[in-house]
Amino acid sequence: MNDMTWFTTLSTLGAVLGIAIGVTCPALAMGKAISQALDALARQPEAEKSIMRALFIGLAMIESLAIYVLVIVLIILFRNPLLAYLVK
Amino acid sequence: MDAIGVVFQFGPFAVTSTVVTTWGVMLTLGVFSWFATRRLAVDPGPLQAALEGAVSAIEEAIRGFLPQHVELVLPFVATLWIYVLVANLTGLIPGLHSPTGDLSVTAGLAILVFFSVHWFGLRGEGFVNYLRHYLSPTPIMAPFHIISEISRTVALAVRLFGNIMSLEMAALLVLVVAGPLVPVPLLMLHIVEALVQAYIFGMLALVYISGGIQSQQIVRGKKGAGRE
Repeated sequence: MNDMTWFTTLSTLGAVLGIAIGVTCPALAMGKAISQALDALARQPEAEKSIMRALFIGLAMIESLAIYVLVIVLIILFRNPLLAYLVK
Repeated sequence: MDAIGVVFQFGPFAVTSTVVTTWGVMLTLGVFSWFATRRLAVDPGPLQAALEGAVSAIEEAIRGFLPQHVELVLPFVATLWIYVLVANLTGLIPGLHSPTGDLSVTAGLAILVFFSVHWFGLRGEGFVNYLRHYLSPTPIMAPFHIISEISRTVALAVRLFGNIMSLEMAALLVLVVAGPLVPVPLLMLHIVEALVQAYIFGMLALVYISGGIQSQQIVRGKKGAGRE
């Protein structure tokens, strides 16, 4: 296989693995956060407002990690800066 | 990830479709608000009741964070909320892209939030008191305060951009793979996501601003407690 084939294969593999792992971990974190929030909600239903607010902000923080992965993967797939070394 | 289309050239500046769509959103919101507030009545009609509901909901959300400064931050945060929401939903109109799917727009909004944190913080407490909170609890923490300010601004911009861009792209990919009318459920998800992202953007801006205003109050409160 020539360099270009290796490059496409490996960058596709890297992108797919990256998005798979990079979405799984924030999903676990989000599940943990939501289950804890529901726990707190069941204990103290009167604190619903502040719990939901903290939950939403926390989820946004966790979600931005997955978004970072997505942006990096899209850069690898569509605008890979290292491609310039291969294609002269 | 196709490049953003250039609508027309204005001297050395290329005016992209993002800018034109933003002008459209601004015009729509401005004209709509102007006409909606022409005939205000004590006994409101359906439109006025809906607008009053929206404004008082925003006011209520701000009061939860900053009970003393509602009037101070309401114009900025409400503008962010309404603009981001309408800009996100613009992507559902055929032929238009969401302006918030462009990193330049979200970066601009995030930079506005970054400066407004300092602006409201300085206005609340004065120069020396505001800068002092960077040195609390110890001066060693100052670099970390600065890193967190920069990284949260970047995160604010990338979060909104990544969500909206990826939603549009997912709908486009499904359209390419499966054909017409199949991406409709994804577009329904787009509505939910547009609402959630607008809420989160405004909420985080509010949290950062209230952090800027309240940080010195916490420091001062501790000092006051120590003196007694």
